Amino acid sequence: MTDSLLAEAGLLSPKIAGEARALDYLEEEQKRGITIKTANISLLHESEGKPFIINLIDTPGHVDFTGKVTRALRAIDGAVVVVDAVEEVMVQTETVTRQALQERVKPVLFINKVDRLIRELKLNLDEIQKKLIRIINDFNNLIELYGEKDQRENWKVDAAKGNVAFGSALHRWGFTVDIARRKGFKFADIVKAYEEERWSDLQKDLPLHEAILDMVVEHLPNPIEAQRYRIPKIWKGDLDSEIGQAMLNCDDDGPTVMCFTMVQVDPHAGLVATGRLFSGKVNEGQRVYLMNARKGYRIQQVSMYMGAFREVVDEINAGNIAALLGLDLARAGDTLISEEYKDAMVPFERIKYVSEPVVTIAIEPKHPKDLPRLIDIMHTLAVEDPNLVTTINKETGEYLLSGMGELHLEIACKFIVEKGLDIVTSRPIVVYRESVSDKGVVAMGKSPNKHNRFWLQVEPLDEKVVRMIEEGVISEDMGRKNIANILYKEAKWPAEEARNVWAVDEYKNILIDATKGIQYLREAREMIISGFRWACKAGPLCEEPIRGVKVKLVDAQLHEDPVHRGPAQVMPAVRKALLGSFLTAKPILLEPIYKISVSVPSQWVGSVTSLIIRKRGRITASSQRGPITTISGYIPVSETFGLSAEMRSATSGHAFWQSTFDHWEKVPENIAANVIAEIRKRRGLPPEVPPPSRFIDEA
Amino acid sequence: MGELAFIGMGLYDEKDISLRGMEELRVADKVFVELYTSHMAGLSIANLERLCGKPVTVVSRREVEEEEGKRIIEASRDGRVAFLVPGEPMVATTHVALRIKAEKEGIKTRIIHSSSIISAAISLSGLQSYKFGRNVTIPFPEERVFSEVPYQVIAQNRSLGLHTLCLLDVLVEKGRFMTVSEGLTYLLELERIKKGAVLNEDTLAVGIARAGSPNPEVHADSIEKLRRWDFGPPPHSIVIPGNLHFMEAEALITLAGAPVEVTNRLVQDRKHGE
Repeated sequence: MTDSLLAEAGLLSPKIAGEARALDYLEEEQKRGITIKTANISLLHESEGKPFIINLIDTPGHVDFTGKVTRALRAIDGAVVVVDAVEEVMVQTETVTRQALQERVKPVLFINKVDRLIRELKLNLDEIQKKLIRIINDFNNLIELYGEKDQRENWKVDAAKGNVAFGSALHRWGFTVDIARRKGFKFADIVKAYEEERWSDLQKDLPLHEAILDMVVEHLPNPIEAQRYRIPKIWKGDLDSEIGQAMLNCDDDGPTVMCFTMVQVDPHAGLVATGRLFSGKVNEGQRVYLMNARKGYRIQQVSMYMGAFREVVDEINAGNIAALLGLDLARAGDTLISEEYKDAMVPFERIKYVSEPVVTIAIEPKHPKDLPRLIDIMHTLAVEDPNLVTTINKETGEYLLSGMGELHLEIACKFIVEKGLDIVTSRPIVVYRESVSDKGVVAMGKSPNKHNRFWLQVEPLDEKVVRMIEEGVISEDMGRKNIANILYKEAKWPAEEARNVWAVDEYKNILIDATKGIQYLREAREMIISGFRWACKAGPLCEEPIRGVKVKLVDAQLHEDPVHRGPAQVMPAVRKALLGSFLTAKPILLEPIYKISVSVPSQWVGSVTSLIIRKRGRITASSQRGPITTISGYIPVSETFGLSAEMRSATSGHAFWQSTFDHWEKVPENIAANVIAEIRKRRGLPPEVPPPSRFIDEA
Repeated sequence: MGELAFIGMGLYDEKDISLRGMEELRVADKVFVELYTSHMAGLSIANLERLCGKPVTVVSRREVEEEEGKRIIEASRDGRVAFLVPGEPMVATTHVALRIKAEKEGIKTRIIHSSSIISAAISLSGLQSYKFGRNVTIPFPEERVFSEVPYQVIAQNRSLGLHTLCLLDVLVEKGRFMTVSEGLTYLLELERIKKGAVLNEDTLAVGIARAGSPNPEVHADSIEKLRRWDFGPPPHSIVIPGNLHFMEAEALITLAGAPVEVTNRLVQDRKHGE
């Protein structure tokens, strides 16, 4: 689809558009026929004699890359959601639409592959119409479900309003009801064109780019309009301040404010940071400040995107997407501000990802001499893709890559190989979590020098609070007071506990100070928190991260002199007490669960159902749409490796399926012991889970 | 039944071990030494081994603390073991944990004393031991914590007219030793933050370097001047005096080069304290 738009902008010859996939500039993307990386482009489009600049970001559709969608949404104000006419609204449609609505990005709908309804499924006009109406209704249901009160009604799409386009990106035609009316086209004409094999005429009569770009110009907001209602959602600073007003008004003369949404490492230019300029202008040589990196810079170069290329420009105005050079510590999600405003600025809301990296592989270079290069490349990967987690453990010589799914990791490995490195990769491994199902004992841990003692107790953290942490409703950087307020009012925590939250860690655990008047505790606070984070990184069952645990510091006794209660003394003591109490709290293992959706002709429904159930999955719904049945349900990630092959053989290749990380769930007890034993073996740990007494000290 | 003797090595080299300690080393079945709690500039393992006529095993902090001195305890079960510790074994260390553990396991323990930095610094300063309050260590802020305790301790002691001995952090494993100048800067920084009017650039302080060595250095002056005084190689310590007895004032002037005005200033100080 984006190729048609490029053709319009004169960047691609009309002949090869549709096949060229210009924005899919990674060789891997062209080969697989999908978009993997996020690509930026700015287009000039004329509508009713007026010129418009459209900043377009092409994002991947595959679920393994939703993180890229999440980041792109920060930069844009409107989205063209593409739905396959054959497959209809899928899990992934739901995910991206939900994400868009949460960022107050207005969607319009493009129903693609209409040609297949005619040519392959051979549906009659009535059937086609029913199918299209169903897609529009399903899509509007998503807006009803996830849209905000103020936008819900206005943002629903309606073919009659012209914010739904129908077409075929492959054959490069498309239309909205407006266009059809204007040009005197009826749906029957299209069916006829295909029957008579004259579909190439459609390209001339109903060019796709016109349909899409008209829809964008007509129905998606311009930056000035959009920033009015988007800024209050994505920025929590004072809207009446100078910066707030400048952003609300998308003011070219305001302070420069930018939010980065993509970072790439260019072999020649170095780090390229791309993002949305919400206020002011960016110039070469300008002095700016990065809020998260806490560093001031001089911008080396300003450019805008044209497909795979960056065009260097002198200046870019508010509301646009810009790429900047020379900011080596910029990362996706960071906020840029004119240097003179750095103390007045509040950073943008953190970008919240719907998915977690749940699959890991180990990588090794074939030739040990390549190790330094492998580390370099892995670093680049992690910089460019915040959803890819690289762990380099020099002690064990393990180089780990964790991502959203098998494809995500496969692509990352391809990237390494393309850099000319021979690598050996392990089989994919699932990432687990450790948690508790009961309250543990109050466990005491002594510091190595035995002169400091800490008493800790763990218990399960309420599901509601875990969700609040996941959704960013509670986060450490919002300050203790705000956390206290939310926990007290919304989670109904006792005031005493809500007020004394010391830390919320990345794996969704909370540390609470439940002590009273302990001398020197304030000086040990940071070290106690570090000990808590350290313990949560690797639980006692098999060193997987701890999740969803409420940890209370019940009591502490400290040495009089500060040198005898340093971090080397405090951290291990806190960790031991935490792990000790954990082991008495009926510990459980959690595994990641995918939401799975399989579309398959009805005769294979039975095979698919039994395959999913055999894989410890469960079916939650199934709905029939014409000859196709869509089965949705849940399946443990660990059971999905190699599922493609099994699905193919169970359905003779007729199943189309998608899976996306949904939640963590307790591993059934009869399996858990084996899983734990296997992980312990892999990590070179003794086979038996240690008893609590290994960690709990006696007075 | 075995026995474990904690033997103080004093402050500078193996000659600071008492004769009683030497006797103990000669009859010991096994000798361990730890060198991580303090730095003894003149000590060499070779000399130690020659003096006791047997191999000496160096144990790390990890072995003594995290592994709870397992190797020492095991050896002590059915033999005479000597454990050499810099300074005085139980002063400004946490070795009492090991002693308690040994006794609980039925191992008899003893201490053979030697001089400690606490007594040596007091001696060298010329101040009277009766007039010292609590002592405190100034930690490396980036290695441990930016502690306010040194400031609190000095404030408490001074409010009672007492002197404060400030030990300065040593990270023997990393070869880092806090200097008098760094320690005083730390205290001024705390004053700047806490604003308790406990000390300032003009406050009298005593710097002590290489206590126990053949060439110790003791110098008393205002904090500002001491910060620029070259004390030479480590280890260093600081004393922040409280009220001065006239003999103390005289000692500081005569033995530590303090300016003669200290007498007046500290009398005023005392009046102020009352």
